[in-house]
Amino acid sequence: MNLALRDIRHNKSRFIQTCLGLGLLLGVVMSMGGIYRGLFTDATAILNSTAADLWVVQQDTSGPFAATSRIPEDIKFRIRAVPGVAQASALSFQNIQSERNGKPFRFFLVGYELGGMGGPPAIVAGRPIGQKHYEIVVDRAMKIALGEQLRLAGDDYTVVGLTAKMVSSAGDPVAYVTLADAQKIQFKDDNNAIRNSREKLADQLSRLPFLSAHQASQLTPQIAGIVGSTHIANTVVARLAPGADLALIQERINRWNHFRPLTGKDQERILTEGMIKKAKMQLGLFRAILLVISGVIISLIIYTMTLDKLRVIATLKLIGTRNRVIVGLILQQSLLMGLIAYAIGFTLIGLTHDKFPRRVDLVAIDLQLLFGIVILICIGASLVGIRKAMRVEPAEALGG
Amino acid sequence: MTMYAVQIARLTKIYGNGDNEVVALADATFDVVPGELVAILGPSGSGKTTLLTTIGLVTEPTRGRVVLDGELIADGGWPPGLDLKRVRREKLGFIFQSHNLIPFLTAVENVMIALENNGVGSKEARARSIEILKNLGLGHRLDHYPALLSGGESQRTAIARALANRPKVILADEPTAALDTENGKHVMALLKKLAVENNSAIMVVTHDQRMVEGFDRIFTFSDGRIVDEKRNHAG
Repeated sequence: MNLALRDIRHNKSRFIQTCLGLGLLLGVVMSMGGIYRGLFTDATAILNSTAADLWVVQQDTSGPFAATSRIPEDIKFRIRAVPGVAQASALSFQNIQSERNGKPFRFFLVGYELGGMGGPPAIVAGRPIGQKHYEIVVDRAMKIALGEQLRLAGDDYTVVGLTAKMVSSAGDPVAYVTLADAQKIQFKDDNNAIRNSREKLADQLSRLPFLSAHQASQLTPQIAGIVGSTHIANTVVARLAPGADLALIQERINRWNHFRPLTGKDQERILTEGMIKKAKMQLGLFRAILLVISGVIISLIIYTMTLDKLRVIATLKLIGTRNRVIVGLILQQSLLMGLIAYAIGFTLIGLTHDKFPRRVDLVAIDLQLLFGIVILICIGASLVGIRKAMRVEPAEALGG
Repeated sequence: MTMYAVQIARLTKIYGNGDNEVVALADATFDVVPGELVAILGPSGSGKTTLLTTIGLVTEPTRGRVVLDGELIADGGWPPGLDLKRVRREKLGFIFQSHNLIPFLTAVENVMIALENNGVGSKEARARSIEILKNLGLGHRLDHYPALLSGGESQRTAIARALANRPKVILADEPTAALDTENGKHVMALLKKLAVENNSAIMVVTHDQRMVEGFDRIFTFSDGRIVDEKRNHAG
């Protein structure tokens, strides 16, 4: 006869309520683990989907994600010419915050070259961008339907495709436009600013004593064209040919003035060790605290349950019940409580993790590790109860 | 040669030492034969429960000998290596003042646990428990939890548990204290009947003289000593 199951059967509602409470707590622990993992996945989502071997950025910066980086777009041609480089594309990144339906609306805009690297990794609805201007692919999380229009920097962009689970390191959903459009959105001034800037330039040129008025008026549009160029990118990414020596190519580009070639690993380190390190530590610590709290709560529950049964245990001892049966009663209840609570937590988080505002990545190894920890906590907690039970004297069963 | 269920000689239990010494039981000496129904009477603190717990291997004696069903279980103290739980399982049955049924087990499971403690398989234990309970008039209460049983029914279930392994000695501590007079007398009559039927020695501690009618022997304790012993030859 299994005494643990009999006791649970008799006190079903109390046991279920306890398991439910613990299950919710374990669900929170699981979600913390998922958010912890999600931070990493989010931070590296664009990095991984781009799958570049090299990220060439502005010298002395750790761009394009962790710091601002501006480089001329045409450097891509020079990079393509390096032996061993199979593909190179310019990319533009920018955070955009506007209002939509009266609410703040944030997203991360990626500009990429059609047919180049760094575009949307998968289209879950609609189609990829097919023309050079005014088409946009958005992440499903932005909740914009296909065919809808999005106004950016004075132009309307039509949503032609949806992608999924693409977010920036800050957790904002990602949208994609062509590089030319992204450059226009990011770098091009509005008409008034252009007019002001040209007039200012013309005025400055006309004051130069070695230029005639005619020369100054001829030079103004030429210079304005140069300084107002939007052919700027935040990075140029490159993919190497099979067998190419990454270190060698990196070293070669590193010798060029004004550029810094970072490997995919370098970018990953910058993103995970720099940008999200504190958030990860915070979550990790919070998770550890929650586990300790769970352990303390389980211990207290098991101890209280044992205290409730001291007379029963004394009676069992008096009628000759072996210690292993009494140990089994406490240990099995503790383990069963842990197992059921874990199952409740797992089910709960399994059903809700998609509804969290940020990615919750439930990784098998994390869940298995947590399962092991819960089992250890239950065993540890039951030891407290078992110690108490073993000290109970059969004589305590006697008397009124 | 007479085979005794219980033999005690100069059994003594002293708590504390020096000025704090309390003699709870002093030089108790008697034998009980199988099937004999023995009452231990006396006021509170007279040593009757100490006697019971000493025979029941719950309290270790300070001096004296106890032999249960031919096995020496105390000689001054408990013999080294004596498996107290085994002796309690195999040779003793306990009945308590407040029944001490396991609250999360049904009546039949409360009896089964005693049998399973002795290695009886679950199926057989259930069948035997049902039979015992039916014999005690509890056939309609088999799957009831103790909380749903009356005081008399609870005590009969406790008796069934004590009897389950057919022990040589049944020790009952104030078994009628929580019952009304009628139920108390019914329980005592039942014990008397079972002592004969099972050939078990039954030792009942009580402070209620009205309950010991028909007992084979009645010991009266005072200040830890046997001050009176009566035999009921008609019993």
